[in-house]
Amino acid sequence: MSKITILPLYLVVIFIMGSAHAQTPKQVQGKDDELTTLRSQLEEMRTSFEEMKKDYDVRFKQMQDKISKLDEEKERLEKISKEVVAPVRGGEIKLPSSFQQPPIPEKQPWSPSHPLQIFGAGKSYMNISFDALFDFGTSTSPNVEELERGDHDPKQRGLTLPNEEIFLEGAADPYFKGAADIVYKLDEDNETEIELEEVYMTSLSFPLNLQLKAGQYFTEFGRLNPQHPHQWDFVDQPLVNNRMFGPDGLRSPGGRISWLMPTPFYSEVFLAVLDSQGETAFSFRNEEEDALYGRTPADRGVRSLGDMLFVPRWTSSFDLMDSHTVLLGASAAFGPNATGMDTNTQIYGLDLFWKWKPPTQSGGWPFVTWQTEGMYRRFEAGRDSLAGLPRENLADWGAYSQVIWGFKKRWTAGLRGEFVTGETGNFGDGLRPDRTRLSPVLTFYPSEFTKLRLQYNRDEIQSHGSEDSVFLQLEFSIGAHPAHKF
Amino acid sequence: MRLLRLARNDKKGIISGKSLFIQLMVYCSLLIAHGSLLCSDSALAKLNIVATTPDLGAIAKEIGGDKVDVKSLARPTEDPHFVDARPSFITILNKADVLIEGGAMLEAGWLPPLIEGARNKKIQIGSAGRVIGSDGITLIQVPTTLDRAMGDIHPMGNPHYLLDPLNGKVVAQHICDTLCKLDAASCPHFQTNLEGFSRKIDEKMVEWRKLTALFKGTKVVTYHKSYDYFLERFGLELVDTLEPKPGIPPSPTHINALIPRMNEDGVKAIIIEPNKEKKTPEFIAEKTGAKVLVLPGTVGGNEETEDYISLFDYNLAQLAAAIGGGH
Repeated sequence: MSKITILPLYLVVIFIMGSAHAQTPKQVQGKDDELTTLRSQLEEMRTSFEEMKKDYDVRFKQMQDKISKLDEEKERLEKISKEVVAPVRGGEIKLPSSFQQPPIPEKQPWSPSHPLQIFGAGKSYMNISFDALFDFGTSTSPNVEELERGDHDPKQRGLTLPNEEIFLEGAADPYFKGAADIVYKLDEDNETEIELEEVYMTSLSFPLNLQLKAGQYFTEFGRLNPQHPHQWDFVDQPLVNNRMFGPDGLRSPGGRISWLMPTPFYSEVFLAVLDSQGETAFSFRNEEEDALYGRTPADRGVRSLGDMLFVPRWTSSFDLMDSHTVLLGASAAFGPNATGMDTNTQIYGLDLFWKWKPPTQSGGWPFVTWQTEGMYRRFEAGRDSLAGLPRENLADWGAYSQVIWGFKKRWTAGLRGEFVTGETGNFGDGLRPDRTRLSPVLTFYPSEFTKLRLQYNRDEIQSHGSEDSVFLQLEFSIGAHPAHKF
Repeated sequence: MRLLRLARNDKKGIISGKSLFIQLMVYCSLLIAHGSLLCSDSALAKLNIVATTPDLGAIAKEIGGDKVDVKSLARPTEDPHFVDARPSFITILNKADVLIEGGAMLEAGWLPPLIEGARNKKIQIGSAGRVIGSDGITLIQVPTTLDRAMGDIHPMGNPHYLLDPLNGKVVAQHICDTLCKLDAASCPHFQTNLEGFSRKIDEKMVEWRKLTALFKGTKVVTYHKSYDYFLERFGLELVDTLEPKPGIPPSPTHINALIPRMNEDGVKAIIIEPNKEKKTPEFIAEKTGAKVLVLPGTVGGNEETEDYISLFDYNLAQLAAAIGGGH
């Protein structure tokens, strides 16, 4: 800019010097001629100077315009970048220039003091969620609780609140994850019952592909037992699960170790060692009347490792083509029961889960699943001379098979068929009748977090007859985004 | 069954039944373990990379080249939010040296149980082998409050950031850093690949910008909020989505309000993913004259989108053909 302002001055100096030179000619002849020439020359110089001045004025103005434009642009950019500095990680600025590559911040090295975000929810140490189930329904039988024997099944004509659970989970440290499931429910008198259903820790990176789980949790036996009621495809517990594991399913304090086998396909073996006593170890050291078959409970306690409950399981899975996945499993449970000092129970189970989900699924739909489980139980009932009952082996077995079809986004339709049978033995308690049940079900999911389910049950009960029931179930889930196991 | 019957006759049946079952299981496991150990000690040299989605896998391939094996879990045409946690993925993750996830809760519904099952130290959060793609990406639409009344919103922001090719460069850089840490000897190789990949994207950007100049500023609607980064990068204007709220299917009320708005705004295209139903978009297309465009959201969504670059080549060519002329 300074060069430009000097230029006109420089030209003026030249001009003055030029005129001074013109005033001192050596020859005075033809003064008039000379004067005219000089005049014309002067005129020429004046006009050329005017032109130059004009030219420089224009250029000067252009440059000034350019500068003020640049200033404006600078201000605008500053404003924009201030606006787009979102509260992002690393605090980097998103530049509006579309060709700009976003800066790459350094990855933070991990240190043990950092929270582990195993469940990815982001900014909390613990994920909390709450899930509520409401059952409305009626039945041809006034005693709904005798048909629906599961602890989280609809219990009466009208409304039941069978399972309202708080689920807490999070990584305790880099080695273990902890979880707890606390269930609230209303009993028939609308009194609140609280159940510490599950509380357990799971190892995150044990060596040798082993995983340790300790605490109380739904034991890995079959497909349905480890699931919570809100994950079920039906309103109620299958008959066979109730016969083998009682109203609550198999869960007992203890631990298990599992080994992910180094096979090319998924294969895992489990061995759980659990406390064998109580209601939730139904077919084992359970002193409830339902599981004693007329005998007086024996006060046997735990004398050796053999008095624990052992639950081995093997499971394997295969992907068939691009859209089909099959999961197979075999489980068993061995432990003492309370009908004698040396009486034991063995339960064996087989399970199959097959799922079709096409490669163009959206929101999880469409899909078809087929789930089948069969179980066999051998129960050694002890001799009770007072009750007049001999030592005998009671055999029970049963199975269910269900198909669920997610036919339209948000909708599923399903059908379950099941039966259960058992040897009555010398004690005719009527608690173990042969039973078959057929249940069609229709479910609507307004979103991933709510559902409405309509189910009809047709029951055929040995030496009782048939019963019909219909249930409407509502569910809502709030809190941390659920992650689904296969 | 015969074994069971034998056991039942025996007074001490429980013991033989139990130990037989456990013994059988132990023998079977040992047999399988032995067999698989015999046939699995050859492939040690290559890094085993697992990517949750095919686009992440495609970028990993660009950087790793022949020094790595790459597997992608989600199928290219499926909804990445609702992938089944297939047990076979546990086995794949168990053997992984590197896990590349999209992050921003894209895989929140299925990845956590898989990682728990895989019991692999190398890919735990904070381990050298865990790459979170969204690290260092400026995510858009980060909600200020979390409320599911607004639909299944993403608490950390829109996770479909790989549809902006410049974000692909950032992810490539992260992958390169991780691979260099795990295989220092091959680092120059990875860096050369990274440079090549970034240069290719820069060159392509010039080409793509020329192409997109034809339809810059055109108004469009999408089915889900999955193309936002793409639209922003290539200068298209999003009017609304067919979903009234994220994850909630189009409702008649929403669609009836959307149609006049689209007509008013002169919306030219309805962009949907290959996995979305076409009935609603086609109905709206009929009422508004906008064109339905099925644009793959990830690599491998169709035959033409075999790698990260061709994903944009294809999508932009589709757009140019559909709306490039009229503008």
